[in-house]
Amino acid sequence: MADLSVNICGVDFKNPVIPASGVFGYGREYEEFFPLDKLGGIATKGTTIHRRTGNISPRIAETPAGMLNSVGLQNPGIDHFISTELPYLLTKNVTILANIAGSTPEECAETASKLDDTDVHMIELNISCPNVKQGGAAFGTDCRMAEEVTRKVRESTKKPLVVKLSPNVTSITDIAKAVESAGADAVSLINTLLGMRIDINTRRPVLHNNVGGLSGPAVFPVAVRMVWQVANAVKIPVIGMGGISSGRDAVEMMIAGASAVQVGAAIFTDPFAPVKIIEEMNAFLDSKNIKSVRDIIGTVEPW
Amino acid sequence: MKYTQGKYIITGKTALAREIYSFEISCHEVAGIAVSGQFVHIRAGNFTLRRPVSICGIDRKKGTLRIVFEVRGEGTSEIARLNKGELIDMLAPLGHGFTINHDFGKVVLVGGGIGTPPMLSLANEYGEKAVAICGFRNSSAVILQEDFRASGAETILCTDDGSAGIHGFVTQPLTELAKNGGIDAVYSCGPMPMLRRVAEICRENNIYCEISLEERMACGIGACLGCACRTVRNDEEYFAHVCKDGPVFRAEEVVW
Repeated sequence: MADLSVNICGVDFKNPVIPASGVFGYGREYEEFFPLDKLGGIATKGTTIHRRTGNISPRIAETPAGMLNSVGLQNPGIDHFISTELPYLLTKNVTILANIAGSTPEECAETASKLDDTDVHMIELNISCPNVKQGGAAFGTDCRMAEEVTRKVRESTKKPLVVKLSPNVTSITDIAKAVESAGADAVSLINTLLGMRIDINTRRPVLHNNVGGLSGPAVFPVAVRMVWQVANAVKIPVIGMGGISSGRDAVEMMIAGASAVQVGAAIFTDPFAPVKIIEEMNAFLDSKNIKSVRDIIGTVEPW
Repeated sequence: MKYTQGKYIITGKTALAREIYSFEISCHEVAGIAVSGQFVHIRAGNFTLRRPVSICGIDRKKGTLRIVFEVRGEGTSEIARLNKGELIDMLAPLGHGFTINHDFGKVVLVGGGIGTPPMLSLANEYGEKAVAICGFRNSSAVILQEDFRASGAETILCTDDGSAGIHGFVTQPLTELAKNGGIDAVYSCGPMPMLRRVAEICRENNIYCEISLEERMACGIGACLGCACRTVRNDEEYFAHVCKDGPVFRAEEVVW
């Protein structure tokens, strides 16, 4: 049994596998399948200052080796999260990353400040949602905006702050450096890649929002590349995600430079995916006689 | 246990019509708790997303479920390739099913096309108390009529082109039955325009109505919020989710 524990900017995770924000709700639905304390952490559904209804359906489309979604940050609002969902999650002996988003830097800051008085372990600031018109990706695709929203949130909370980055940019390393300079304790990447499918019979886009975020195994190589680039560009830890569906994928992502990984679309194919990934990582490390998963982080040997 | 994931043996497979298949699946733990109107979420080969299919029959004694589905695309085509004796990977039973009240004296089941199978499960619950109105495009698309008759329900068949049964839509016989009165509930599943009309007829005649909706979905259990549908609860608009709040809704809740 290898040591799977990791520490990201002072926060302990019993293992490096975290269901990604958006696929796991607030955990309740998956507890039917396995105890939540098997997980390293949980990134909760993106939550905003006020409740949001999200986009009109269809919000989901299958794509080759992946899927599109355009949920659009449907959530019950931060007050409900703090009063109802968070207390429940905090009894589960698992590290909680509260994922937050907003239409303006001020809204994000206010949402974060409300979490400051709670026992949540980390805040993950989503500056990269492709499915909302205001805020969302607009913050994540411009260095100056990314820096501003990160700084405002940084000033509003003492909680460890992870900023979740968009891949829909020319240079993700520039954005990563901007949020690092604004006080982010870590970055997580990648959010979904903007995509589109059209029904050739009706000529209507499959998603009512026309466009949506691509995830699943199809994006994995893009995610590995971006994690590797960002890990080389910043000093803060990187949480890697994007198409991870096996223990081998998770190991690869950590070798690329990730200190932990998040698992998204794979959970839809197999609800036990995060638990299986933990077991497979352990088996891989044992087979290579590697004592700690920390020993593989960023160990890629580029040509 | 509310639901589980497992691989179960397909104990029977038949083709009911062109591109429409019936599977009998041995799954004691699911059959023991499943109710009419719930669905199963089936893994389709190497596809990322599972495919939701409504439950057509529940045999608690044998420990089997019956599902009937139509090949709509590559995912359902992959599922249709599975054969008797092979394993099917399902999350089940999922969703909120139909309300069954054995005090009801007379119920009407209205199924359109591939929305017909979940009505059969209700016909087996209500037996002779049920009138099943089933509508199809044409005679070659007609399915499950013998099963409905075997349930004891009175059956009324309609086709769009008149090639079998009544020439016309299911809403014609429903309107007549509604006018005659004495109906305690209407249950329906099928295309949206049909459901909307069924709901209208029930509202006009003050009949309790439940409908089963369909939407593209991902997780199937209410976590990802992918399968939203507009509903009204407590006079407020509420984006419900077909997988967890539904697939069965009270007709008056749905914003059409």
